[in-house]
Amino acid sequence: MTASTTHQQPSASALNPGFILKKAVISAAVALVLFSLMVGLRTEAGPSGQLIYWTRFGDLATMVAGVFFGSIAMELLRYWWGPVGTDRFVTPAMRSGLATAGRLVAPVLLVFTCLVPVIFYNQRYILDLGILVLTYVMLGWGLNVVVGLAGLLDLGYVAFYAVGAYSYALLATHFDLSFWVCLPLAGILAAMWGVLLGFPVLRLRGDYLAIVTLAFGEIIRLVIINWQSLTGGPNGVSGIPRPSLFGIPLTAGEDGLAARLGIEFSTTHRIVFLFYLILALALLTNWVTIRLRRLPIGRAWEALREDEVACRALGINTTTTKLTAFATGAMFGGFAGAFFATRQGFISPESFTFQESALVLAIVVLGGMGSQLGVALAALTMIGGFELFRGLDQYRMLVFGLAMVLIMIWRPRGIIGHRAPTIYLQQSQAISSDLVKEGHG
Amino acid sequence: MSGDTLLSVDRLTMRFGGIVAVNELSFTASHKKITALIGPNGAGKTTVFNCITGFYKPTAGAIRLTHDDIGDIALEKLNDFRISKLAKVARTFQNIRLFPGMTVLENLMVAQHNALMRASGLTLLGLIGAPSWRIAEKRAVDLAKTWLTRVALLDRADDAAGNLAYGDQRRLEIARAMCTEPVLLCLDEPAAGLNARESAALSELLLSIRDDHGTSILLIEHDMSVVMEISDHVVVMDYGVKIAEGTPQHVRDDPKVIAAYLGADEDEAIAVMESGS
Repeated sequence: MTASTTHQQPSASALNPGFILKKAVISAAVALVLFSLMVGLRTEAGPSGQLIYWTRFGDLATMVAGVFFGSIAMELLRYWWGPVGTDRFVTPAMRSGLATAGRLVAPVLLVFTCLVPVIFYNQRYILDLGILVLTYVMLGWGLNVVVGLAGLLDLGYVAFYAVGAYSYALLATHFDLSFWVCLPLAGILAAMWGVLLGFPVLRLRGDYLAIVTLAFGEIIRLVIINWQSLTGGPNGVSGIPRPSLFGIPLTAGEDGLAARLGIEFSTTHRIVFLFYLILALALLTNWVTIRLRRLPIGRAWEALREDEVACRALGINTTTTKLTAFATGAMFGGFAGAFFATRQGFISPESFTFQESALVLAIVVLGGMGSQLGVALAALTMIGGFELFRGLDQYRMLVFGLAMVLIMIWRPRGIIGHRAPTIYLQQSQAISSDLVKEGHG
Repeated sequence: MSGDTLLSVDRLTMRFGGIVAVNELSFTASHKKITALIGPNGAGKTTVFNCITGFYKPTAGAIRLTHDDIGDIALEKLNDFRISKLAKVARTFQNIRLFPGMTVLENLMVAQHNALMRASGLTLLGLIGAPSWRIAEKRAVDLAKTWLTRVALLDRADDAAGNLAYGDQRRLEIARAMCTEPVLLCLDEPAAGLNARESAALSELLLSIRDDHGTSILLIEHDMSVVMEISDHVVVMDYGVKIAEGTPQHVRDDPKVIAAYLGADEDEAIAVMESGS
């Protein structure tokens, strides 16, 4: 399919063996110079401190040959596929094909997710991984409101996750409030912090906004570490109550769910319950976001991402629009945090480092900013895929990084880069990512 | 009530550091009339626009909007978005500012944000899909369709705004501004980059906005054929001050205007002015 389109546009992309060979030789020469010292020569301190070294010309030859043939392969691929990032990748036929596939992917994925605890009932590892993936799907969907829809780059999203987690942990351990009472409270508290963060950063855009949100995330973490009397500092909060099924605890005791249903108690029940709990929370996030996109507030978020000045000219209060975006995103982060706390039973500031913010942001960017399905797929790829490479030991990070680079080359605007309109007269047409703005803060 | 003053600009001054962009400018715009603001490049026309629409805060002077429905409002005291929301002043931009990644219809829906926000009960009614919200949304779509029909873009409603041709984007921006249901529409060079046929269509559209819709128009324009054809009143600026004012006919014959437009070479100026009529 792709080859035929390239043949229709000749000239520049004609096969040129001389050029390909020359490029491969140059690449190999550069690789030889670089690797001869790094790989070809191995030095180590000997037993008595003297320098011992040996050569690894075999490895060096393999690598240079790899670069040589890799370069040729790359050029041939480029010849067959045409340049990367051209419109060819989103020809109308492909776009409609993708749209059809996209419509199928979401329901299939949803049904499969619902069935995971049934299929993998005896595999605790898979269930735990599923819960982890769903947590990140939810966090990704929450951040998507801020970054994907409103176009506000937030590097401190983990702060709201932490606020939610600590809200539940402290309310539950100090006041014996149940999970279902604390969940909305955690969301409200996180949303409040979202507004608090929103106020100082209203005038900031782009890089400056990113820096302040990054600092905000760190401030929350440092406050948690240092406010020992309330949060327990680095020791964290332990003994956080497990969630109950509308008051029925999932324990082995007499009033536990298993005893009441007359079935044998198993710890898996709790895991399955947690799985469906986070699935429900994630789906709630998704449903609300989809609804909001079709409401004036959601359209205003997207308009804000496209052009803030035009928004103001149309009478949109950009201040409240930004604050609601921060608050909504933060609220979902707070829900996810409360879930995290009840699942772990123990939280400490170490769970809320910048690494988490970066990971969630990477999920949103990789998924395609603004796309709900894309974010879900990206969370699956980033969290699930990372586990997939566990067998590769020390090359795990390397392979993972390479995979991410390849995805971003292949789809520079994320797995699902196009934007679906929120309203249409005759027919909903996906909007090419070339037109959709990324937002400037 | 035609002939009443809708907008009165009184000794408006705008300084940027040491530069005086607008100096003690006074003029008025009337109800249901098209008022044109013309002048050579750098005369300060867009600065006046930005002061009226609240994007700049004037250094000195008063801008007053008087309308039966909305009362008497001092624009220089309002923020940009409040001017559109409360004073019902809409504007377009010299360099088109659409939402390129949103569809044509979505652009017009965003323009009705404030009305829809109220109808959706600040989102809550909309979230549960209340019937009142559905009705309001349908009405908003109908209004959008009306304007799309008037600017001949109805068949492009589901296309991305960024995919439209330049002339279409200009018309869409006007339609979007009109969807805010303004009493005063400020157009910053709406004919820039349009060909003769498109300019003629634009003139027709602006006249119909004035006559059928009763919206007053304040217009910055370099295309003299458009200005001379549709304006009821023309204000000429140069170096931040008003140098002439009156009917198109009156302004066209003013030697000061001719001198300002093309240096001192009056013959050439007259030739240009006449070619425009």
